[in-house]
Amino acid sequence: MKYLDEYRDGDIAAKLVERIRRVQTRPWVIMEVCGGQTHSIVKNGIDHLLPKGIELVHGPGCPVCVTPLEMIDKAHAIARCPDVIFGSFGDMLRVPGSDGDLFSIKSQGGDVRVVYSPLDCLKIAKANPDKQVVFFAIGFETTAPANAMLAWQARQMGLKNVSLLVSHVLVPPAIEAVLSSPQNRVQGFLGPGHVCAVVGYTEYEPLAARFHVPIVVTGFEPLDILEGVLMLVEQLEQGRAEVENQYSRVLDRAGNRPAQELIAKVFEVSDRKWRGVGMIPQSGFRLREEFRELDAEARFSVEAIDTMEPEVCIAGEILQGIKKPHDCPAFGTECTPQRPLGATMVSAEGACAAYYAYGRHLKDADLVTLGNGR
Amino acid sequence: MSAGKVDEREETEAGLGAFGSCPLPIFEHPQIVLGHGSGGKLSAELIEKVFVSRFRNSTLEKMDDQAVLEIGGTRVAFTTDSFVVTPIFFPGGDIGSLAVNGTVNDLAMGGAKPLYLSAAFILEEGLPATELERVVDSMAAAAQSAGVQLVTGDTKVVNRGKGDKVFITTTGIGVVPTGVRMSADRARPGDKILLSGFIGDHGITILSQREGLEFESALESDCAALNGLVDAMLEAAGGEVEGFRVMRDPTRGGVATVLNEIAGRSRVGMVLKESAIPVRDSVRGACELLGLDPLYVANEGKLVAVVAPEIADRVLGAMRKHPLGAESRAIGEVVEQHPGMVLMKTGVGGTRVVDVLFGEQLPRIC
Repeated sequence: MKYLDEYRDGDIAAKLVERIRRVQTRPWVIMEVCGGQTHSIVKNGIDHLLPKGIELVHGPGCPVCVTPLEMIDKAHAIARCPDVIFGSFGDMLRVPGSDGDLFSIKSQGGDVRVVYSPLDCLKIAKANPDKQVVFFAIGFETTAPANAMLAWQARQMGLKNVSLLVSHVLVPPAIEAVLSSPQNRVQGFLGPGHVCAVVGYTEYEPLAARFHVPIVVTGFEPLDILEGVLMLVEQLEQGRAEVENQYSRVLDRAGNRPAQELIAKVFEVSDRKWRGVGMIPQSGFRLREEFRELDAEARFSVEAIDTMEPEVCIAGEILQGIKKPHDCPAFGTECTPQRPLGATMVSAEGACAAYYAYGRHLKDADLVTLGNGR
Repeated sequence: MSAGKVDEREETEAGLGAFGSCPLPIFEHPQIVLGHGSGGKLSAELIEKVFVSRFRNSTLEKMDDQAVLEIGGTRVAFTTDSFVVTPIFFPGGDIGSLAVNGTVNDLAMGGAKPLYLSAAFILEEGLPATELERVVDSMAAAAQSAGVQLVTGDTKVVNRGKGDKVFITTTGIGVVPTGVRMSADRARPGDKILLSGFIGDHGITILSQREGLEFESALESDCAALNGLVDAMLEAAGGEVEGFRVMRDPTRGGVATVLNEIAGRSRVGMVLKESAIPVRDSVRGACELLGLDPLYVANEGKLVAVVAPEIADRVLGAMRKHPLGAESRAIGEVVEQHPGMVLMKTGVGGTRVVDVLFGEQLPRIC
C-alpha cells in the first residue's frame, strides 16, 4: 500500500538497525514522547529489534492516559444526565473513573456516542435540538485544532446545545517535567511528529539547549522510528543536543499556521492536572473568555468534582519514564485491560496496555526461537 | 463475614476452588455491556460464567462452533446463531444472506455437510413489508446456493422501538463424514495454519455504512457459504482427513481471536508471519485511519484451517483453485513453545504477541 509499505520495509529496517549498532558505543536511554509511537514500537516489535543498550522508555504522550481522574468523573456525571448526548473519542469509553466507565453508563441508559471527528457533534446537535450535546475535548496539540473548530463552528452556527468538556494538555511542559525530575534517566527524546505538524518545533529548541538533550521530531511508521533513533544516537554519541526533524515529509519548523491561529482564537494556556503526575503549571488549554459559554464544566455545574488518584497505580512514574510496566506488582495480575487500575492500561496507546497486548509474554527464550534474540 | 466472602471469590477466580466457596463462578458485571457481544474476553467470560457453568456437559465444554452428536450411528452437527446487523442491507449482502451463510459455515467448520436450517424472526412493528420480503428472498437464494433447505421457522413481532427492524436466528443440522474429526483442541506442533483470503472485508464494509463514518469505498462484505470450499479441501486430503485438526470461520473477533482460542484449547503456541496475511488496501487504509487492527475485524466468508504438514500443500492448492479461496495463504505454523500464545513476526522483522481483545475494538484518538 502506497505511503505505508515504503515505511515498513524489513530490509531497510535491518540496515537501519545495523547503522545504529555501528554508531552506538555505549548504552542510551531514549524516550518516545508520543503514545502513537509507543503503539507502533510494540505493535511492530521495534523494541526487540534495537541493539542491546538502546533502552526505549515510554513517555507521557498518551492523551487518554494523562486525562485526570477528576475529569473522567466529571465526564461521567455529565453523561449520566438524562437529556445529554455525550460524544467522545473511542478509547475514552473504557477509561475507569471512580465508579465504572462510559460503557457502563451507556449500558445504564446514558446516550454515549463514539465520534470520529469532533465536528460530528455539530450534526448530532442539529438533529437533536432538544438535547444537550457535550464533547469530551481531550488530547494534545494534535487534536486541538479539530476541537477548537467544533467550538468555533458551534458559535458561528448559533448552536446553543453544544458544549465542550475540555481537558487539553501540551507536550513541552511534560518534557520539562520529565527532565526536571531528580529521578530522570532520559538522555534523548523522539519528539512527537503529529503534535509538531500542528505547532512546529520552535518550542523544543530552548528545551534542548537548557537541558542539553537532543530531540528528534519523529514519525510513526517503523522506519521513521528506527531513523529517529539513529539520528538521536548519532547526536548523543557526538555530544550534540539539537532539535532535528526526521518527519520532514510531513512537517517543518513552523508547523501549520492556520491551525495555530484557530487554536489561539479558541483556547488559552492554563494550568492542568495530569493523571498520575499532578498539576503542571501552564501545561494545557482552556476555553478563552469569549468561548466560556461553551464550557460544559460550568453548564453542568461539575466544577466542584475533585477526585484523588488511587495510590497503588504507578502510572505516574511510568508516564515519566522512571519505571516500566513490568515494574508494577499489579501489572497483568490485579491490573489488566479488562479491569484497569490506571489509565495507562486502558488506551491502546497507553504503555501498560501496549506492553500487555504485544510484549507481555515475550521472554528471551521465545525470541530466540523466532530468530531475533539479542 | 463479608471479608471472608471476598476471599473465597478471589480464590475461586484464581482457580483454587476453595473449600466451601460458591460452586458457580461469579459474574462481575451488574449489567450487560456491548463488549459482552464482541467475541473477545468479555464474551468468553459471559459464556463461561453465565451459560456453561449452568448447562455444563461434555459436548458444550468443547466450545466448538457446532456440537457433533452421535445419533443412531450417524454423527450429526448441530448449531445455532443469531443475527443482528445495522444496516440490514449492505454492499455484498444483507441480514438474510448473513443468517443463512453464518449457520451453514458453523456446520461446515466441523467438516459437516450442511442439510437443514430453521429460521426464527423477531420483527419490529413498522418494518416495511418490502424490506422483509427482500431479506427473505435473499435467504432463499443463499440457501439454494449453499444446497440447504429451510424446513421450519417462527415469527414474533415486537413493539416499535423494542427491536432494530429485524433479528434472525437460524439453527442448522448437517452430517459429519466418516473419519472427519475436527476440534479446537487438536492442533499440534508442526501443523500449518491456512487462511482462505483477504481479511476484514465484512467488518470494514459494515463500519463504512454506519452513520458518522464518512468514507467511501468500493468494498463489499465477503459474506458467503463456505461448505463448497470445505468439500474441495476435504477431497484434496483424500484418505488423510485425519490431518484436518480444526477449522474456524473468523467472524466477530477476527482471525486473532479464533487462533487464540485454538492455541489455548490445544495448549500449543503459534507463530504467524505478518507479511503472509492478505489484507486489501482499502481495508488496511480504513484500519490505519481509525486505529483498528484488521486481525480483529470480522469476516463472513473466510476460514482458518489448521492442518497436518503432510497435507498442507495439497489442501492449500485445492483452496486456491476454488473461487472462494483464490487468495488463500499459509500464514503460520503451530509450535511447541509458548503454549496458548500467538506470536507474529512483523513486517519489519520484530515480534509481537497477538492477544485476544477484551471487548470491542476501540478507535484510537490520534
